[in-house]
Amino acid sequence: MTCRIRVELPSSLCLLARTPREILLQVESPTPNHIIDALEASHPALRGTLRDQGTRRRRPFIRFFACQTDVSHDCPDEPLPDAIASGAEPFLVVGAIAGG
Amino acid sequence: MARIRLLVGTRKGAFILTSDEARDRWSVAGPHFPGWEIYHLKASPVNPDRIYASQTSSWFGQVMQRSDDGGLTWTATGNHFAYDGIPGTHQWYDGTPHPWEFKRVWHVEPSLTEADTVYAGVEDAALFVSRDAGASWTELSGLRQHNTGPAWQPGAGGMCLHSIIQDPTNPARIYVAISAAGAFRTDDAGASWRPINRGLRSEHIPDPEAEIGHCVHHIAMHPSRPATLFMQKHWDVMRTDDGGDSWHEISGNLPTDFGFVIDVHAHEPDTLYVVPIKSDAEHFPLDGALRVYRSRTGGQDWEPLTQGLPAQNCYVNVLRDAMAVDRLDPCGIYFGTTGGQVYASANAGDDWAPVVRDLPAVLSVEVQTLP
Repeated sequence: MTCRIRVELPSSLCLLARTPREILLQVESPTPNHIIDALEASHPALRGTLRDQGTRRRRPFIRFFACQTDVSHDCPDEPLPDAIASGAEPFLVVGAIAGG
Repeated sequence: MARIRLLVGTRKGAFILTSDEARDRWSVAGPHFPGWEIYHLKASPVNPDRIYASQTSSWFGQVMQRSDDGGLTWTATGNHFAYDGIPGTHQWYDGTPHPWEFKRVWHVEPSLTEADTVYAGVEDAALFVSRDAGASWTELSGLRQHNTGPAWQPGAGGMCLHSIIQDPTNPARIYVAISAAGAFRTDDAGASWRPINRGLRSEHIPDPEAEIGHCVHHIAMHPSRPATLFMQKHWDVMRTDDGGDSWHEISGNLPTDFGFVIDVHAHEPDTLYVVPIKSDAEHFPLDGALRVYRSRTGGQDWEPLTQGLPAQNCYVNVLRDAMAVDRLDPCGIYFGTTGGQVYASANAGDDWAPVVRDLPAVLSVEVQTLP
């Protein structure tokens, strides 16, 4: 199943990758890991910025939201809600509010 | 007419400051990479328009950048720093074993001879090299795998490899320094390393002959004397004339020998610069007066340089990579502060003036002398 998923990025990563705030990705299946795989493939400057490149673990200060729910601690290989898979709702990547 | 280009890394971006050889009027470009910590930028001596930069963030990890047009435009390069093999452990602050974990790149050091080759000193301490202009990175793991590695401990700022010095007369010889493991040297282009800390004395180490454990803050070399190194240690300013085989103290009449930066005059290999800082607990100048100290005798005898620097109410720090010297005659000296000022002297330190006053906290300053 291939999905067209909307992904909204924090402004720092938009500057880094020279993208608009929201981008459209063709994703193999609607899981966080597949979304990040597609994101890194289409925007190599973002490699390693959401996930450690060795362990593939989400960076501690990165949060993922789907349909107003924090899914950061869910298994990154589990499918996201249908509204994300259909593109009705964006998958949000958020920098945690911390530090200065 | 020669031009000067300052590469300034700060807590919230990079800035590039340019001037003609008079060094009294400056143009400021930036911030590049706004909001990101730029630990260090440095240009290739082979291709001066090629600049490498370390861009890092607690949120987004490590990014490496390269410019091939003198900093006008940038391209993100490879940023995968994988330790060779199973990295094992070093000591944590409390002496317990702690896994080696990559955190960030503190220092980039382009090769003296190959524009596509660049070294990176990282936290947790290791040395990486790229031979494809930053596209990919390989650890020179003989350093981290030295038999003392499991006993290395972090300094207060982390366990960082922050100084990389190449011997211009011997491509196989490289010096590095790690907080708080000490200084190391390779004579086979990074395959094997030996600690070079004999003569260092650190009050937190009971063993006066300790091979490692010294909190070296920075080292500097004049290219005409590659066996002579100068060191600003946590406390003490030190000198070696035998490639690090033995060190002796040259703090002499400094009012305090704590500090971070140390550098050497471009044309006088016995003229040194340091910025004394009050103490390890109080990271600001003595008496609130920012002073550079210069020795024209290779150490021991130091004179304060005050003209144009704040004489009161100044409580900034000058971090280890935040001083640089240009190649003009008279030699220009530059340093940046945690208060966001970058000061310049166009006459070897006799007079100073701020180039900029209100940048984010300055982490590093490098200078290029361009034709």
